[in-house]
Amino acid sequence: MSNSNVTRRGVLKTGTMVGAGVALPTIFTASSAAAYTNEPTGSSVTLGFNVPQTGPYADEGADELRAYELAVEHLNGGGDGGMMNTFSSKALQGNGILGKKVEFVTGDTQTKSDAARASAKSMIEKDGAVMITGGSSSGVAIAVQGLCQEAGVIFMAGLTHSNDTTGKDKKANGFRHFFNGYMSGAALAPVLKNLYGTDRNAYHLTADYTWGWTQEESIAAATEALGWNTVNKVRTPLAATDFSSYIAPVLNSGADVLVLNHYGGNMVNSLTNAVQFGLREKIVNGKQFEIVVPLYSRLMAKGAGENVKGIHGSTNWHWSLQDEASKAFVKSFGTKYGFPPSQAAHTVYCQTLLYADAAERAGTFNPCGIVEALEGYEFDGLGNGKTLYRAEDHQCFKDVLVVRGKENPTSEFDLLEVVEVTPAAQVTYAADHPMFAGGQLGTCNSGS
Amino acid sequence: MFGLDKKDTTMLLVVAIMALFAPFILNPFPADSAMAQFNAGYPDLMQRFVIFGIFAIGFNILFGLTGYLSFGHAAFLGVGSYSAVWMFKLLSMNVIPAILLSVVMAGLFALLIGFVSLRRSGIYFSILTLAFAQMSFNLAYSVLTPITNGETGLQLTLNDPRVLGVSQTADGSIPVTSLFGLEMRSTYEMHLGPWLFQFNAGYYLSALIMLASFYLAIRIFRSPFGMMLRAVKSNQQRMNYTGLNTRPYTLAAFVISGMYAGLAGGLMASMDPLAGAERMQWTASGEVVLMTILGGAGTLIGPVVGAGFIKYFENIFSKINDNVLHQWFAFMPDGLEDAMVFIVHPFIGKGWHLTLGILFMLVVIFLPGGLVEGGQKIAAWVRKKRNKGSDDTTTKTEPAE
Repeated sequence: MSNSNVTRRGVLKTGTMVGAGVALPTIFTASSAAAYTNEPTGSSVTLGFNVPQTGPYADEGADELRAYELAVEHLNGGGDGGMMNTFSSKALQGNGILGKKVEFVTGDTQTKSDAARASAKSMIEKDGAVMITGGSSSGVAIAVQGLCQEAGVIFMAGLTHSNDTTGKDKKANGFRHFFNGYMSGAALAPVLKNLYGTDRNAYHLTADYTWGWTQEESIAAATEALGWNTVNKVRTPLAATDFSSYIAPVLNSGADVLVLNHYGGNMVNSLTNAVQFGLREKIVNGKQFEIVVPLYSRLMAKGAGENVKGIHGSTNWHWSLQDEASKAFVKSFGTKYGFPPSQAAHTVYCQTLLYADAAERAGTFNPCGIVEALEGYEFDGLGNGKTLYRAEDHQCFKDVLVVRGKENPTSEFDLLEVVEVTPAAQVTYAADHPMFAGGQLGTCNSGS
Repeated sequence: MFGLDKKDTTMLLVVAIMALFAPFILNPFPADSAMAQFNAGYPDLMQRFVIFGIFAIGFNILFGLTGYLSFGHAAFLGVGSYSAVWMFKLLSMNVIPAILLSVVMAGLFALLIGFVSLRRSGIYFSILTLAFAQMSFNLAYSVLTPITNGETGLQLTLNDPRVLGVSQTADGSIPVTSLFGLEMRSTYEMHLGPWLFQFNAGYYLSALIMLASFYLAIRIFRSPFGMMLRAVKSNQQRMNYTGLNTRPYTLAAFVISGMYAGLAGGLMASMDPLAGAERMQWTASGEVVLMTILGGAGTLIGPVVGAGFIKYFENIFSKINDNVLHQWFAFMPDGLEDAMVFIVHPFIGKGWHLTLGILFMLVVIFLPGGLVEGGQKIAAWVRKKRNKGSDDTTTKTEPAE
C-alpha cells in the first residue's frame, strides 16, 4: 500500500487496455449479431417444450412431454418414423431440421401464466430455443404466445381450446393445431338435436377463465340456435376440487341438461359429483336428465371411470381412428410407452412435425419464414384428414370428432367411441366471426 | 460514506459490486459445457433475483424489525403489477410513471389493510393479513375481471389507448417497455471464448433500484425509528406502559414494506408487461416468508440471499429433466446409470420443491439464523484457523493477499 503511484498517463493506459481487452472478443463475433432471435449457428437446434408438470392439467402435460420426445426421436431419424411416413409433405428427411440435430429443453408451466412465462423466457434467453411449444391451458397459452411474439420466436400452441387463442388474443408468431370452443359447439349441436330434441333447458357449469368463458358462449349459442333454453351459467374456480355446492342448485333449477365446461381434473370431479347426486337417474320436465361434456379426452374419461358411460362430447383426435396416420402414430407411441396416446399428445406431436416441416420448406428458422410457410398451408396424413392452417388467424381447420363414453369398454384405454366425424366445412367460420373479433394478428416478429 | 458507518458501507459496496458483475458471477460455466445447466446469468432470472430481493428487503423491514409476521404481502406485489400494467396501457410505455403509480397504490392498499390488521398482533395479525390477501386474490381472479382480466392475466394489446405514445409500432407490434427510449429488454451479449455474458438494460435498472432500496433499508435499520421498531419486537407491552403509542410506528413499517412490495411488483411488470392473479395467491405470500427466514430474518443481507436461493431453485432445478441426468451419468455403466437417474429423479424437475423443502428444514434446524448465520460461522471458523495458523506458521498456507 506504500507505492501507489497513480499517474494520469497510467490511468489512461490501463483504461485503454482494459477497454480494448473487453471489446476485442466482441469484434470477432460482431457477425453473430444474429439475423433473428436465437439463430442456430451450431450443428443443433433447440426447441422449448413448456408443459404443466404440476397443477390440475399435469396428466395432460406428462403425455405431451412423451409425444414431444417421440417427435424429436422421429425428426432425428430414430424409431419407426411415426406420422412422418404418412404426412403429405415429404420435406422432412429424418436428419433433424435443415440438417441440424434437434435438441430440446423442458420446463414446468405449473398451469400459471406467470410461471409459464418465466419458464419460456429462460428457454429463450438461456437455452437459445428457437421455438416454444406446449401448454395445457388456454390462459397459459395466451400468455406465452404474447411473450413469444415480443421475443421474436415461434409459438406452436399445445392443448388450448379457447376461442381467444386464435381470436381476440391471436398473434402472428402463434399457431394452433387444436380445435376450439366454437368448433365443439358446431360439431355437437346436430348430434345433441338428434339425441335430445329441440326443447331442452341447459344449465352450464364453467371453469372460470378464458377457455371456460368462450366455450360456454359457443355451446350456449349453438344450442340456443337449436331452440334450447339456457337456464343458468355458473362459473367455478379453476382450482376447485369439490363441486357439490355447485351441483345441488342444478336439481331445483328446472334444467334437464347439464353442460360441464370443465377440463382435466375439474371435469373428473364435477362429473363424479353430478353422478353422485343422482342427476343421471332424474326425470325433469318429463325427460331424462342428460349431461354433456363439450371437450372430452381419454385421460379425463379414465379419471372419471364408470361415470362417463353414455356421455357425449367432442374431441380433437382419438387413438381408435382407423386411418393410416393415426394407426402409425398409435403404433410408435404404444411401442415406446406401452399405452395409446391422448389427444394432447397427438396435437403436440403434429405441431412439432408441422414446425419442422415449415422450417424445412422455408429453408430457414427465421420466424417470418416459418410464418409464411405455415400460413394457408394445406396438408394431410396427420390423423385428422385434410387440414388447412388458415392465414387470417393461424387456426387449423379439420374434422371434429363427436365421441361418447363407451358402455362396455374392452380395455382400460378403450373408453370412448366415435359417434360422428363432423366434416371440416361444418365447423368452419368466417375469420371475422363476432366470437373471434377484437384482436389483431399483427405482423411476424423475428426479434431482429 | 452516505451517512453509514464503515461496516455498512463495506456491505453496501459488496452488494453493489455483486450486482454490477452478476452477469459474470452467475455464468461461471462455458455456454456449451454440460455444467451450463447451472448458469443463472440470463436476463430474466437476474431480474427476478434483484426484484425478489427488493420484495424480501421490504418484508424484512416489517418482519425482521417489528416481528409482525404478515402472510399477505403478495397482495401488494399484485397491486403493484396491475397498476404498472394499467399505466402502460393508458399512459405511456415509460417505466417511471408505472413504477411510481405501483408504489403509491401499494402504499395506499397497505395503509388500508395495515390499519385494520394491526389492531391485533401475533397469530391473529398473520391470519388477518392472510385473509385480506386471499380476498384480493379472489377479487382479482374472478370478481374484478374487467380490471384484472381474471385467470388469463392483464396483458397489453394492439389497441390500448395510450395517451403518450403509440398503440402499436410502425411494423404492427406492441411497443416495448422502456426508460426514455432505452428498451428494458435490450441485451448486450459478450462472447468471451466459450463464455457468453449477457448485460441487460432491465436488469441494471432493477439492480440500481435494488441498491437504492437496500441503502434505504440500512438507514431505516440504523435510525431511531428502526430502534423503536426493534423495541416493539422485544416487548410491546412495556412500550405501551411507558406511555408510548406503538401503533403509528408499526403502521409506518407496514406501509413502507407494502410500498417495497409494490415497487417489486411494478418492476416485474416493467420487465415483462403482464400481471396475473396468481402473483397474489397465498403461496406467493408464503414464498417471501421462506426467503426471509431462509436468508436470515432481521439481518440486512439475509433476505436478498434467501430470495436468490429460492429463485435459483425454482428456475434452474425445475428445468433439469431425465435426459440431462442421463447425460451426466453417461460415464457410468448402463445399470448403474439408470439407478443413479432413478435416485436423483425425484429431486429435480417437478420435484424441485422437495429439494428446496429438505434444504429449508436443514437450514432451520442447524442454522436458525438463516444462511447469514452459516456465513458468519464459516467466517469465524476461518478466523480461528488463521489465528492458530499465525501461532505456528508451519502447516497452514495463508490466503494470497
